[in-house]
Amino acid sequence: MPSLLNPSRPPVFCPGCSHERSLHALDKALQQLLLEPQDVIIVSDIGCSGLFDVFFATHAFHGLHGRALTYAAGLKLARPHATVVVVMGDGGVGIGGAHLLAACRRNLDLTLLILNNFNFGMTGGQYSCTTPREARVGSGFLNTLEPPLDVCRTVAAAGAPFVVRRSVYSPDLSEKFAEAITYGGFAVVDVWGGCPGRYMKANPLTPKDVDALVEKAGLWNGPVAENERPEYGAAYASHVGASSPAWDWKGTEARFRASLSGRYGTVFLGAAGERVLSAGHLWAMTAVRAGLHVTQKNDYNITVMRGPSLAEVLLSSEPIDYPGIEQPDAVVALAREGVERMAQGWAELTPQSLVIQAVDVPVPDHRGRAVQVDFKKAGIGRKDRAVASLGILARLSGIFRIEDLVETAAFTVPPSQRDTTVQLLHKGADLASP
Amino acid sequence: MGFTFMDGNEAVVQGAVYAGCRFFAGYPITPATTILSGMLQALPPLGGIVLQGEDEISSIGYCLGASMAGLKAMTATSGPGISLYSENISFAVGSEIPLVIVNVMRQGPSTGAATRGADGDVQFMRWGHSGGLPVVVLAPTCAADCFTLTVHAFNLAERLRCPVFVASSKEIGMTRETVDLEAVEKPPVVDRKTHEGGPYLPFAADAQGVPPFLPMGGPVPVRQTSSMHGPDGYITTNPVVMQAMVERLKAKVESPIDSFSFYEWDAQEAARTLIVTYGVTARSARAAVSRLRAQGHAVSLLVLKTLFPVPEKVLREAAATVERLLVVEANLGQYVHEVARVVCPTPTHFFGLMCGRMIRPEEIVREVIRAESS
Repeated sequence: MPSLLNPSRPPVFCPGCSHERSLHALDKALQQLLLEPQDVIIVSDIGCSGLFDVFFATHAFHGLHGRALTYAAGLKLARPHATVVVVMGDGGVGIGGAHLLAACRRNLDLTLLILNNFNFGMTGGQYSCTTPREARVGSGFLNTLEPPLDVCRTVAAAGAPFVVRRSVYSPDLSEKFAEAITYGGFAVVDVWGGCPGRYMKANPLTPKDVDALVEKAGLWNGPVAENERPEYGAAYASHVGASSPAWDWKGTEARFRASLSGRYGTVFLGAAGERVLSAGHLWAMTAVRAGLHVTQKNDYNITVMRGPSLAEVLLSSEPIDYPGIEQPDAVVALAREGVERMAQGWAELTPQSLVIQAVDVPVPDHRGRAVQVDFKKAGIGRKDRAVASLGILARLSGIFRIEDLVETAAFTVPPSQRDTTVQLLHKGADLASP
Repeated sequence: MGFTFMDGNEAVVQGAVYAGCRFFAGYPITPATTILSGMLQALPPLGGIVLQGEDEISSIGYCLGASMAGLKAMTATSGPGISLYSENISFAVGSEIPLVIVNVMRQGPSTGAATRGADGDVQFMRWGHSGGLPVVVLAPTCAADCFTLTVHAFNLAERLRCPVFVASSKEIGMTRETVDLEAVEKPPVVDRKTHEGGPYLPFAADAQGVPPFLPMGGPVPVRQTSSMHGPDGYITTNPVVMQAMVERLKAKVESPIDSFSFYEWDAQEAARTLIVTYGVTARSARAAVSRLRAQGHAVSLLVLKTLFPVPEKVLREAAATVERLLVVEANLGQYVHEVARVVCPTPTHFFGLMCGRMIRPEEIVREVIRAESS
């Protein structure tokens, strides 16, 4: 096979740069695998390794520092048959650390070549996450304070199933590149080499020195048995279908009529775990089935089963412009937490406002029409108050018949809760008509 | 006719699917998370892919890769996530990668109030990326708009090869409301123009200033780079090529603004004041206008659904009919600077709040009356 190098852009690196060896080893590996330029996408990072994409005649994607693996993942998932080779330096490993770990855990069929030359060559030789502590680099004493990262141990710990470490002078470099590309999963090759332009000026490195450093750090040769597992794209494919969107523009036809002209805003004030939002939803869906316009906003803390839970449901016979409740028509006070959350608004209640108030829940002074409800005496537990309050609200507001709520519950409440919901709606209605 | 009870985030998901989106990546963040979960339900059965990124940077990175491979891609986040998108937004701008970004805004700055709405990122979306080149920002007022504008956003991203924002907010994204989906505007779906015949120069533009597309991984090798490049996709430092490139990137987005200036202009004869607003605040303004008119007070309303590029012609035309403008927005004064610049010397007043609740109709009524007596 012919070379995949770009005839219009011959490679140019600093004299003696180890990247040039990696470049030719990659070209040789691609040739060995009988790949043609259109079969391969080279994704390069920022830094001197970022010159790679220009020197190949393949598809070439050059993006932002440390992010090469993210672009590569998007490309590979969209084009599963493409051979995607990511080239980055030790700088990219540092700045893109989270992406490297995620790629190891994900195990998408990508090949990552890390051209590890122990410094930021392009910006003047600053220390990177792989710079030895004893090296003299362009970051003063800072590198002496931090031990270098062992890339191979890191990626293996993160789940990479194929890990290689080689000196750039290793005779089997292109063979290892080819193995990595052929491997059906995430394959990482940590290639150690010198940067003559920056690093090696103060830290001389002969090829033998590099070989010895790799020997000391430990050779890695490929498959990591404990990390081998199905490739991500193939595993993902088993969750992917091929259907076309099934559009339902029709929505819910009106099934009954509500007795409402204008707007009716209700604020349900409860506590988490008391099915306040579900009750708000049932109230809203009953209105939807009556052909009313509706908005619902919920408010709750991040804690589950603790803290306030509020639902604001606005019904209207006309289209709703402002989706807020300026003066509630009804406030349903079910728990102290919810009442405390509604700091404002009590003063805005008018004598027409209905306040359905559990007897054990104190509320601030207001001018509304208070209806005290003893849920406990009626045998209605805390978790059932909100649903029962809908029966009371329907009766006192006169907007819906209990049958309308019951019918809506049959369509919107999970089967396991339907019977109790219907019982609670009736119990609530009874409480409202002593 | 029947209603569907849905929130703005669900409407975004439906709009995206309708527009042909087949790749989504996002990182959970209130109040945008339900777009991620909605896309995860919607796309895989259709052959699409959804990823939960390890962070926001990777989420937008996955989308850029998928888009360059030819899929329509979307990501969604809130203000803190837009901050992390920034470098990749400039990449998408400079390297002409179609992408839809939904920003379900929450009250800021910083982590702010996660469950409270605001429109505090309006100028941030326009300017929050290096280089200062234009992007498109569309602003829905309700769930129905979320559907329609998401479709428009995809169409514009494809047509212009640039990132397009849908500037939603917590008050729209997480408020459920009745929508008549049969009546909702469903724009025809636009796909990116592909290169046909002859050698391919990846950044050689057509007459509209947009380069025809070929996918990476397809039969013709394609070059893509975040660095300043010429039509051939190779890095350049030639001032002539560079100036031509940035001017083209600006012109291709700004020149056709009249073809995607989305707005509602409710003009009343003899009105002396024009209220200009956008987002959920537009709904307070509509209520305020009804109340003012019921009191016999003439007033006009302009609701902008395209915020950037600034629809200057629309603003000038509407402003020409009144003595003053009142810009109302859920922040401390951002878009008002665009309006004032465009309608100068017509006096432009401002009213805004960013306190975690919606601006109320009565507050706008009061501000109109105050502006007219000042």
